Amino acid sequence: MTLPVDLSTTLGNAWFPTPIFTASGCASSGRELAQFFPLNDIGAVVTKSVMNKPRHGRPTPRMAETPSGMLNSIGLQGPGIDAFLAKDVPWLLEQKARVIVSIAGETVEEYSTLARKLRSVSGISAVEVNISCPNVENRGMVFACDPDASRRVIDGVRKTIGGDLPIIAKLSPDVTDLPAIARGVVEAGADALALINTVLGMVINIDSMRPHLGGKTGGLSGPAIRPVAVRAIYQVHAALPKVPILGMGGVSSGRDALELILAGASGVSVGTASFGNPTALIKIQNELRDLLAARGFTTMQQAVGFAHRDV
Amino acid sequence: MATINRSAQQQIVTVVGNKRVGAYHQILLHVGEIVKNCRPGNFVAISVGGESSKMVLRRAFAISRVSDSSQYGGTMELIVAPHGSGSKWLCAQPEGTEIDIVAPLGTAFGIPTESVNALLIGGGYGSAPLFGLADVLKSRGCKVDMLLGASIGSKIYAPLEGKRSVNSLKIYTEDGSMGETGRVTESLLEIIENREIDIIYSCGPMGMLAAITELVSDLDVIHQCAVEESMACGIGICMTCVLPVSNEDGSTSMLRSCIDGPVMEGEKVRWDLVGKIPEAHQ
Repeated sequence: MTLPVDLSTTLGNAWFPTPIFTASGCASSGRELAQFFPLNDIGAVVTKSVMNKPRHGRPTPRMAETPSGMLNSIGLQGPGIDAFLAKDVPWLLEQKARVIVSIAGETVEEYSTLARKLRSVSGISAVEVNISCPNVENRGMVFACDPDASRRVIDGVRKTIGGDLPIIAKLSPDVTDLPAIARGVVEAGADALALINTVLGMVINIDSMRPHLGGKTGGLSGPAIRPVAVRAIYQVHAALPKVPILGMGGVSSGRDALELILAGASGVSVGTASFGNPTALIKIQNELRDLLAARGFTTMQQAVGFAHRDV
Repeated sequence: MATINRSAQQQIVTVVGNKRVGAYHQILLHVGEIVKNCRPGNFVAISVGGESSKMVLRRAFAISRVSDSSQYGGTMELIVAPHGSGSKWLCAQPEGTEIDIVAPLGTAFGIPTESVNALLIGGGYGSAPLFGLADVLKSRGCKVDMLLGASIGSKIYAPLEGKRSVNSLKIYTEDGSMGETGRVTESLLEIIENREIDIIYSCGPMGMLAAITELVSDLDVIHQCAVEESMACGIGICMTCVLPVSNEDGSTSMLRSCIDGPVMEGEKVRWDLVGKIPEAHQ
């Protein structure tokens, strides 16, 4: 007989009943998954990164399955922030879901514009600032690969959005010194970090003998990248132990979620696993609860960063 | 509650039949109550490879037909070409295997409210869902003619029992090994005229669907086609299966073939833009 485990967590000043969230870009805006489980059963819905204007994204093929993973090349297709705030956010709040809105921009100014539009929206728990989408025409747009550009984006969002709404900066693992980038965005005003975005990859079709994806390169996700995520979370938690991390990357079981938590994640987003199993989030959440209990944890928070402790 | 995927259920079901039919496998699943919500055109997303597989994505298959008998309960039939690693795995599963499915998904063929003359056109295993559709159309008093095409005879799927709802069936193969030599589009315009066709339903390779759309573009014929795009999820969350589709105002949207398809109006699909990006949003 084990005691119930308190799964609750916080990111900045935002509280969530469980640490299991959707991953941005892997749950659209929530309606699609609502048929399979109530959205307020999970910690939060992190919506697909939205830009200021509607956007078509990249040409097809947009997907290639790879060993224990997949490449995607969507390119931030979306309705634009105005339509998103008018239609999707009110619906999610009606479902009593906790909502983290993910934003993406092409310029520092676009992020600030998005932040200004979000500032007056009530009911959302946090904003994820996606500065690491790999599927953009110009790799120079990946702010998270440039310490200075990362800081400027977060600084602009912080100044525009005011002091209350937690800012989660989503970073790329495709950098040489991740803790340095992380430190920069925290100094610029990020309350939490989302680690990791997909890893840049490519598949060549050996029949056409050309890149398979319409956008040539894509973001690698799925179990194949989990060790990269664990490493990134471990490194950043070691460097910045007080900064909460929303961990993600190839989580498809409670065991995987626990691994990220032990590395230092306060929350865990589930992305690609939902493509293979629409009820993956619920399965992972239940398995995590059992695994924590079996290890004698009475709260999830006790396990955060446990792998760093001396024996 | 949800407006998307509203009939879809995730369920563990049992394989109750698996036999070779020409180049394909006819897979029969015992799915119970799910059949009540399945309509011709809908598809099923199946988890493949088992627990230790390196395949992480579901595979989408058109539902060929469903039946609900008092003896066996609800069963779902799929016609599967063992082509990639996922479909090969499915075709290798013996009777009794339990598999994880999500169904029914996607849009269905629109069924006319009055009796009309319908032409059903299938390419390769794309013919599979057309026989179930033919049954429904015939029960509504429609006259149903069918054209099937494939590269070779073994890739024509035309079960004997499927033909009972069909007024006529014409087969084309590119190598002439079965039926007439050529493609389904060969004498399409003549057939439409002679048989006074009101509506065309098509299912098959994208090139065939595009060719039919172009041929009938000047005619007063409705064309509904079931598209085939590679999907990662089948439930609308991955955004990989998009197609350029015209809106009322003349603009183009990238619509998901799993949610807004697989059945789409042929003339709405911007076939010229498949694999490209539409003009920028204004």
